[in-house]
Amino acid sequence: MDLRLDGLTVTIDGADLVRDLSLDVADGAVVGLIGPNGSGKSTALRCVYRALRPTHGTVWIGGDDLAGLGRRDGARRVAALTQQGGSDLDFTVEEVVALGRAPHKHGNEPLTAREHELCRRAMERLDLLHLAGRGVLSLSGGERQRVLVARALVQEPRVLVLDEPTNHLDVRHQIELLAMLRGADLTVLVVLHDLNLAAAVCDRLGVLSGGRLVAAGPPADVLTEALVRDVFGVAATVVPHPLSGAPQLLYTVTDTTPEGTPR
Amino acid sequence: MRTAPDAAPVIASAAPGRRSAGLVVVTIGLTVVLLASVLVAIGVGAAGIAPADTARYLWAALTGGSIGADEATAYQIVWQIRTPRVLLAAVVGAGLALVGVAVQAMVRNALADPFVLGVSSGASVGAVAVIVTGGLAALGSYAVSAGAFLGALLASVLVYVAATGRAGMSPLRLVLTGVAMSFGFQAVMSVIVYFAPDGEATSTVLFWTMGSFGAATWGSLPVVAVAVAVAVVALRRSGRLLDVLALGDETAASLGVDAGRVRRGLFLLSSVVTGAMVAVSGAIGFVGLILPHLVRMVVGAGHARVFAVAPPAGAIFMVWVDVAARTVVAPRELPLGVITALVGVPVFVALMRRRGYLFAGR
Repeated sequence: MDLRLDGLTVTIDGADLVRDLSLDVADGAVVGLIGPNGSGKSTALRCVYRALRPTHGTVWIGGDDLAGLGRRDGARRVAALTQQGGSDLDFTVEEVVALGRAPHKHGNEPLTAREHELCRRAMERLDLLHLAGRGVLSLSGGERQRVLVARALVQEPRVLVLDEPTNHLDVRHQIELLAMLRGADLTVLVVLHDLNLAAAVCDRLGVLSGGRLVAAGPPADVLTEALVRDVFGVAATVVPHPLSGAPQLLYTVTDTTPEGTPR
Repeated sequence: MRTAPDAAPVIASAAPGRRSAGLVVVTIGLTVVLLASVLVAIGVGAAGIAPADTARYLWAALTGGSIGADEATAYQIVWQIRTPRVLLAAVVGAGLALVGVAVQAMVRNALADPFVLGVSSGASVGAVAVIVTGGLAALGSYAVSAGAFLGALLASVLVYVAATGRAGMSPLRLVLTGVAMSFGFQAVMSVIVYFAPDGEATSTVLFWTMGSFGAATWGSLPVVAVAVAVAVVALRRSGRLLDVLALGDETAASLGVDAGRVRRGLFLLSSVVTGAMVAVSGAIGFVGLILPHLVRMVVGAGHARVFAVAPPAGAIFMVWVDVAARTVVAPRELPLGVITALVGVPVFVALMRRRGYLFAGR
């Protein structure tokens, strides 16, 4: 199911957080949104999982206007991993994962055997089975992040949006998560901070700066030294990955003494 | 990521069934204990009455049966004085525990209780205003309760309006507004009491801030009982919704839940039910704060289970608190808030230390 952002503009308190953003995510594609802090990546995603209503523009999902779908209907098509993924209460891991079924259930209707199996498989995929009975508040940040991914998978969405899913994950779980996104047969829109991971995993990248889309295309076309310098303000050397050929950035870190610090 | 697949089915598929069966047992057990508690509590007091006699009197009252003339006094004590009082304690205890859970979920704060939204101080203002001005005289003996209820609702509306901004009603803003407004209402109440011509206003204030079932009659029961029953039914049906709300507004949106709308519903429900409770019993502190935590420590965080267990647990707790209040220093009565704190604090601290209980922010 394809996802299309069509002229999205989000204005809050007079500030344009996102300006006239149009971006297509083809059915089954993995598209990355990159950009510096405050460039509007999360705001754009929030319009897709309906935490925010765009001031102008439309989110099309499988040809339907998202705003015209009921909230639960929308949630059966789009699942999200948000940045504020915590919990107030000490639910067990399996309880949180099972809440992914909420858009498919009325009231307190219990899960079916198929749904229990679905939850079990999601926990298995995310390496969580041994934590099933643990309280989520006692987990490490990375473990909790994996719980939230499992919950999103259990939702059985057609489109998955993720806001910095690799936060808190160790390198093994980062790679495994991104590999899973590629193999999940889902339409994926993902915000990533790590440009090298973004280049490795995404079919296409969209680059946001100041709320505007300034570049979009395959990673090899987008991630150039000029763009990284202009958008991120960082000097980087771009080299092709020796195995995959994906563009990879090499940074040079030099000492700087902050102004005003005594020598 | 694909380890130990053979250990899996046990974990995922057996647990829910076992847990719901356990829940049924716990709920039935609590209901039996509650009925027994009510029966015993009605017998306890200045004139001790055996549970068997209590049951006989109640049976007679309910079925229109007859009792001996020599038992008329005992019967009157049981049916006219103690029964409504004990039932009111049970209803209010159930309601406070239930609304406490709902309010904590609504404002996403572990320290919230049913009175955090300014309801109790608003009720005090309403009650005192009625006494001083003699308003609502048409309602006779219910005038003060009605004034308290109206005061509670007015306070809720004020808090709601003040806490609602363009971006909706944020949990933190709701708590802060409620706390700030409470101070305002208390100031208004103090001014009224200060300029009141007689001492009645002062004792009314004491009643409303400490809580008591001393004024319970059959007439004070129906409204609050219906309010609490409606809340029990409505909240028990919303367990999963509140679970989703506890994951945060962003995640709730991604799961198809409009957190703002759920919050408005919870606000309306908890304001009305709390107002109804405060009007007949005053603001009994501590129960609505601590019972929810105690219940979660025992049955876990899932709201479906918490809403099943909290009402009977709160009812049992409150029935015995009231028994203690009227017997420990008889013939005088202790304020209920004193006993809830004396009993609740040590139990709470002990449980919290033993079970490694966690709430957001640890």
